[in-house]
Amino acid sequence: MLREFRGRVWTFGDDVSTDHIIAGKYLGTTDAKVFAAHAFEAVDPTWSSKVQPGDVIVAGDNFGCGSSREQAPVALKTLGISGILANSFARIFFRNAINLGFPVLECPGLRAKVQPGDVIEVDMARGEVRIPHGQVMRFTALPPNVLEILEAGGLVAKIRSDLSTKRP
Amino acid sequence: MPPLTMSEKILAKASGNESVRPGQIVDGSVDLLYMHEMLAMALIPFGEIGTAKVWDPTKIVVTLDHWVPPPTPEIAKMHQTIRDFCRRQGIQRFHDVGDHGIVHQLIAERGYAHPWDLVIGSDSHTNMVGALGAFAAGIGATDTAAVMATGGLWLRVPETIRVDVRGTLGRCTGAKDVILKVIGTTGDDGARYAAVEFAGPTVGALPMNERFVLCNMTTEMGAKVGMIAADETTKRYLAHNGIPFRPISSDDGATFAKSFAFDVDGMGPQVACPSNPANLKPVEEVQGTKIDVAFLGSCTNARIEDLRIAAELLKGEKVAPGVRFQITPASQIIYRQALEEGLIEIFMDAGATFTSSTCGPCFGGHLGTLAGDEVCISSTNRNYPGRMGSPQAQVYLASPWTVTASAIHGEITDPRKV
Ligand code: SF4
Repeated sequence: MLREFRGRVWTFGDDVSTDHIIAGKYLGTTDAKVFAAHAFEAVDPTWSSKVQPGDVIVAGDNFGCGSSREQAPVALKTLGISGILANSFARIFFRNAINLGFPVLECPGLRAKVQPGDVIEVDMARGEVRIPHGQVMRFTALPPNVLEILEAGGLVAKIRSDLSTKRP
Repeated sequence: MPPLTMSEKILAKASGNESVRPGQIVDGSVDLLYMHEMLAMALIPFGEIGTAKVWDPTKIVVTLDHWVPPPTPEIAKMHQTIRDFCRRQGIQRFHDVGDHGIVHQLIAERGYAHPWDLVIGSDSHTNMVGALGAFAAGIGATDTAAVMATGGLWLRVPETIRVDVRGTLGRCTGAKDVILKVIGTTGDDGARYAAVEFAGPTVGALPMNERFVLCNMTTEMGAKVGMIAADETTKRYLAHNGIPFRPISSDDGATFAKSFAFDVDGMGPQVACPSNPANLKPVEEVQGTKIDVAFLGSCTNARIEDLRIAAELLKGEKVAPGVRFQITPASQIIYRQALEEGLIEIFMDAGATFTSSTCGPCFGGHLGTLAGDEVCISSTNRNYPGRMGSPQAQVYLASPWTVTASAIHGEITDPRKV
């Protein structure tokens, strides 16, 4: 995971559900490229072709509510989104993203301060976001155990390293 | 020891601590891990972890439920992969097509979850199982792989929100109407990360099938778990499967982050309007809305009691012309009960469709999806855009009474008037 990143903003509102992010009809596969190609189709059918690697999502309250489908963060990560900043996240989405080594940070109030297309800079470990006009907004950084999973590159990498240190 | 809530007690036990407090991160050892087709997704990170064997095949249950029977060659292949994996790993409690059920219902009706258990399911509506006095939380694919490999999971101890319900419900009104009312009040993120505990005389008097409805839809409040104290009703339900019983309830003086009190005395049917489960209206305000589809199914409301309600209203009636009414039981066991009780004949006489158990239409997967201009009234739990098919379709959520009455009249109908 990149501790710090800079990217162009895509904005979303409140209560973006996993059904918005990737519809149930595309789940009959394990191919991440399929999920990526249909990401946010219910909102904008051409979204996945417009988004660029490195872009950042800034959303309102309760991002990722609904189903436990990990295909939702997988779709966004596969498109190269560098991170998601939302006023708040639904809990399973948040866990899934962290487990994938995909940066997510709760930034209450950020959504109201940015416009689509703005370029922002994010420092995950400090919980800082630099928005246009040089203003820096501060948020609660991730708890240490969560940051540890992100830094390891996700839960799989973390468990692998835990297991290998346990083995003689 | 400080007084604890139910969820705190279970997490203390599962993490080998005497006590835990909200916000604390604990490592829980899992008593039961259950999965549906998500297992196929979890096999990728499981392979990457590389432990080869699951931690304990006797603590795992797998069924197929989302796409049953498989509608495409790809999904048939996915089922094969799951079947082979369970065989190789010695997972005996694999419920294949024919012996299947929507996983939460299957776990409950087969007696696989018990009070005091830490239950982890690869699906967001695992909350339903908390009605048995278990701590039952849903997770995604990578967490599922982690539990398969290690038998453990890190968990943040949630704050508990208490929901007290009192009063006698009106006619043709049940737990679905209560939970819709609760979600309409708290919002669809009103319990994010929290444990929701239902209590009070109305909840105490509810039978298990209705308690499952309450806990099932705590997911639509953003909750980590939904719980109800395990009492005599729970004991009777489990005794059916010969399960030893140990009661659980929150201690007097336990700390609740928030408390809500609902007086539902005489309350009538409620409907969640498109396209959010918290977009609540009493049925009087939406009656007359024309519908194309009525669906009675899902882990929320497709138990035998729900099917009996539908049969009672449908007997001697017909589904409105131009409306398709689909009834999909939550498990094969319920299917057989419906058959034995003669309910299927009533459904067929009325012009409804009765299918094998599957999640299918609930998540817009197969076996009954919605076109863009269709309006549906559904006994399921979610109505976000695109949930049941086209993102343009309009979905109203309601109880089995309201769904069936609406199917008969071709428009949203107050079941008390039928
Ligand atoms: S019935 Fe619907 S809500 Fe329940 S597990 Fe299946 S897809 Fe999920």
